[in-house]
Amino acid sequence: MLKLEGLKKSFGGVAATRDVTLDFADGSLTAIIGPNGAGKTTLFNLITGRFPIDSGRIMLAGEDISRLSRREIVRRGIGRAFQVASLFPTLTVREALAAAAQAHQRRETAMLVGFPTGAAMKHADEVMELLGLTRVAGILSRNLSHGDQKLLDIGLALALEPKVLLLDEPTAGMGPEERWRMIETVQRLWRARGMTLIFIEHDMDIVFKVAQTVRVLSYGSVLAEGTPEEVRRNPQVIEAYLGKSAHGSAEGAAA
Amino acid sequence: MTGRWRDLAWAGAGLLVLLLVPLFGAPPAIRDFIMFGMAYGLLAMSLNLLIGYSGLVSFGHAMFFASGAYAFGLAMQSGKFSIPAAFALAIVFTAVLALIVGAICVRLNEIYFAFLTLAFQMLFYNVILGWVSFTGGDQGLMGGIPRPKFLGIDLADRTQLYIFCSVAFIVCIAILRQLVTSPFGYTLRLIRDNQERAAFLGVNVPLVKLTCFVISACVAAVGGILLTLFVSGAYPNFGFWTTSGEAIFMILLGGSNVFLGPLVGTVILRLLNDITVTYTSHTELVLGIVILILVLGLRKGPLDLIAERLENRRQAAAQAVRDAADAGANGTGKGGS
Repeated sequence: MLKLEGLKKSFGGVAATRDVTLDFADGSLTAIIGPNGAGKTTLFNLITGRFPIDSGRIMLAGEDISRLSRREIVRRGIGRAFQVASLFPTLTVREALAAAAQAHQRRETAMLVGFPTGAAMKHADEVMELLGLTRVAGILSRNLSHGDQKLLDIGLALALEPKVLLLDEPTAGMGPEERWRMIETVQRLWRARGMTLIFIEHDMDIVFKVAQTVRVLSYGSVLAEGTPEEVRRNPQVIEAYLGKSAHGSAEGAAA
Repeated sequence: MTGRWRDLAWAGAGLLVLLLVPLFGAPPAIRDFIMFGMAYGLLAMSLNLLIGYSGLVSFGHAMFFASGAYAFGLAMQSGKFSIPAAFALAIVFTAVLALIVGAICVRLNEIYFAFLTLAFQMLFYNVILGWVSFTGGDQGLMGGIPRPKFLGIDLADRTQLYIFCSVAFIVCIAILRQLVTSPFGYTLRLIRDNQERAAFLGVNVPLVKLTCFVISACVAAVGGILLTLFVSGAYPNFGFWTTSGEAIFMILLGGSNVFLGPLVGTVILRLLNDITVTYTSHTELVLGIVILILVLGLRKGPLDLIAERLENRRQAAAQAVRDAADAGANGTGKGGS
């Protein structure tokens, strides 16, 4: 579904990604891990057109989307949620999702009808139902709890019916229980929508339990990739990121 | 009653009130006050489409007020156009001008956008001042604006002029209302709140901003046309930066987050002006003090304050619904475990 071929990006001479080549299968659930500054968020920014790439190619379902604008990339089917929820503070949850849905339905410049259109409202209701946001439908985005803000951020991306969904640390800033609730929601929507889902995560318990495949970035390069078990046992990953204790626990688990 | 029918009912009621004024023999001063209010009200309301709904603070909006006034006045003075044709011509001219200025300005944000619009306005103002043979320079369009009859309507008659302006005014307000309650209006709010996120939803941000800029300019132009008809002339101060400043002041006085806020601000400003002029020549001093009170005290327009209180109540009710749902979910969870 999504292929990254030799992606390179530098900022003022500092390489953020170096020759990153990755292939994400259609309908897969992938975690991207790596230490701070490894280039994980930069990778999402390159895929979604926030920053132009220096070299390489990004292929979506066989089409080269490397040079397209953010808007065109979204239209092709790549949605994203952000590390810090990026919302519309003065709109209610229902209004924000309906406005996102109408943009997806190419009705964002319609002037002769009232807001929201029936189709946009129906779509917004579906997303709220899927994410459990119906109970906060009338609340302004700025008044939501942190967890609900993160869910709404994901909901805005979902309203675009993406083929590929990128989630940048969906559990950031949450307590242990809330993290698991969030990740269960993410798994549920992945199953319900059958999309390709890629998420950045620092909680290794979540990563190894949820992801089908794990890609490890370090200093802007792909250090390792494989199933959670393969990655957990990889000596390079243990040395660069996981540490000895994870290795020990992996061996223990294997025994 | 659906929102659209309710808005139409309000527009009809507003028009009725305006039309009743001459019927009850209101003194000319009141009628003049309303005529000025309608012209400047359209300037402020159209500017608020940019400031309040799109987050685009333009310091040069009076340029379009003046372009409508001058284009209409010059077309009428040429003797080649009927009033409807000159009206349409002035709007088309302003739309083209706004398209050019907007295409350059809307890609810039905040202070850069504000100052570039101001720069264009000053350029336009200086063209009016400098091109004396065409615009009359600092004297404005002299000799009056001809008002030939059309469709049996005689705008030389003050009552008919008043009715014509009232209808044009209400139609513009209804158009603005339709815009801000349409999907387009909510796309403007997306851009105002979070432009980058809007782009990640697939919104063509520059195009939407430009469309808003042009529509807003056209409504301001109608304000300028009404004023030209009323004062039978067009003057450079229509396009001076202080006129843009007045429009911003009207928005501040009324409120930018309530649809009719700028119109209320227009009425307050004109009243303040008229009252203070009676007692003192230091009108600006009084207005300055009012601005200080608003900015330092309320930090928003009076209508914004009322709207915020109402919104807080709605939010409290919505949060009560959420809390009840959460309590129900927790209760179910506990019961199940």
